[in-house]
Amino acid sequence: MDLINIKHVNKVYKNGVTAIYDLSLKIKKGDFVFVIGGSGSGKSTLIKMLYREERPTSGEIILGGLNVARLRNSKVYKLRRKLGIVFQDYRLLPKLTVYENVAFALEVIGAKKEEIKTKTLKAIDLVGLKAKTRTYPTELSGGEQQRVAIARAIVNNPKLLICDEPTGNLDPDMSREIVKVLDNINKEVGTTIIMATHDREIVNEMKKHVIALKDGRLVKDYEKGTYDNEIV
Amino acid sequence: MKLFRMFGRNVRDAFKSVTRNFSLSIASISCISITLIVVGLSLIISFNVDNFTRTIKKDVTVVVFLEQDTTKEELESIQKEIAGFDNVESIKIKTKEESKKEMMAESEVFEATMETWPEEDNPLRDSYLIKVERIEDIGDTADKIRKIDKVEVVDYGEEMVERLVGAFKLVEKITIVIVAILIIVTVFLIVNTIKLTIFSRKREISIMRLVGASNLTIKIPFVIEGMIIGAIGSIIPIIISIYGYVAFYEEFDGQLFSALIKLVPPEPFIYLIAIAILVIGVIVGMFGSGRAVRKYLKV
Repeated sequence: MDLINIKHVNKVYKNGVTAIYDLSLKIKKGDFVFVIGGSGSGKSTLIKMLYREERPTSGEIILGGLNVARLRNSKVYKLRRKLGIVFQDYRLLPKLTVYENVAFALEVIGAKKEEIKTKTLKAIDLVGLKAKTRTYPTELSGGEQQRVAIARAIVNNPKLLICDEPTGNLDPDMSREIVKVLDNINKEVGTTIIMATHDREIVNEMKKHVIALKDGRLVKDYEKGTYDNEIV
Repeated sequence: MKLFRMFGRNVRDAFKSVTRNFSLSIASISCISITLIVVGLSLIISFNVDNFTRTIKKDVTVVVFLEQDTTKEELESIQKEIAGFDNVESIKIKTKEESKKEMMAESEVFEATMETWPEEDNPLRDSYLIKVERIEDIGDTADKIRKIDKVEVVDYGEEMVERLVGAFKLVEKITIVIVAILIIVTVFLIVNTIKLTIFSRKREISIMRLVGASNLTIKIPFVIEGMIIGAIGSIIPIIISIYGYVAFYEEFDGQLFSALIKLVPPEPFIYLIAIAILVIGVIVGMFGSGRAVRKYLKV
């Protein structure tokens, strides 16, 4: 079954720049997808349209039954509750501990206290940070901070985990660690994962579904792809 | 249950935010306080003006004296005519005999002189005592009465009444304009101060939106924060209004310049003013913060 169905999407920014040209693709439930491409390839725009930070100029994006392109501002939260999002810059709250940062995602949607506790601890365990529950983000390494961000993204059991260059700020070892965590979540929980990246080694190592963009166009869509030189 | 849980969390967060951003809160609070002091003062003035106008309305009587040779029949027919005017609330006949008795009762000098007057040779005039419905139109009504045949003098202390009514109306208009302007200015100031506190929490708001908090969930703590700021800001104005007005009332013995202008008794008047100040403060705070947060809820 398709979790995401993108039909003839175009995106033109207000300044006249066209970021995406007539993009159509489908992503299956439980898939692990790399979105690759250089700067200006449109991969960030694609990712942003998936969590409705940007709206497509034309075309449709159907995500788990929701028409994301037509979603009104006041209803965006309905989409975001089905998603987990991870960024390059982690976006943690520095004044909250690891536990509080992860619990925050459940608190703001009004979950019960006991529910928050069990789900938060489970998510922290899944990313391997059980020992650092009471630590503040500033006391953690970059890789650990990113794992906190992943824990926060998956704590609400989303169908889809969107990662926008999650390893962009990390060294190769830590990057591999993060991708391992993501792969683990994909296999154990069955969460669909979309990861935008330009990390050649990781893509080549993992042999996952690869979507390559160049100048806003889909150039490759391989089931078990690698990062080819030709597309960069 | 979920709503209740969220509400408790929101109130807690709002209080935290008021204390955390203390200097900004103080700015908003003092701004609301100053406005509310003036608003309170204006409310007190306008209620008192309203009260003056009403009491004066009750007291003002148009006195109409008829010519000496008016007969009893004419007296009654003119009464009917005047009673038909649309501004006339009531009309009472005071015959010359009644006037004579009244005057004799008033002073011994009058009594001594008037006693010598024969019953059929009374130099006093028959008169009407008229109350009007709308004091603003009293001049027109008096003019209309003046035109009736047999009417000699129409008197209602016109200058005094007209000046008072005019002055009161002006005062009322000015207070309304001042209050309106001040409330608008305060809303803008509140919007800006709360924008600053929100700016420092931009990251938090963006993360809240990211993890699926609804706009309402994000907005409510800020709105509650605005209400708290408004409520705190109304404390000083309420104290000033209550103690100030009571002191003023006692100082002037409840009347201004003459017994004609009576002040509104402090109780329960000042408590109503206090409630009005509190309500205005809370609404202004709520409205201001609601507007301020709106910008960050797009995207």
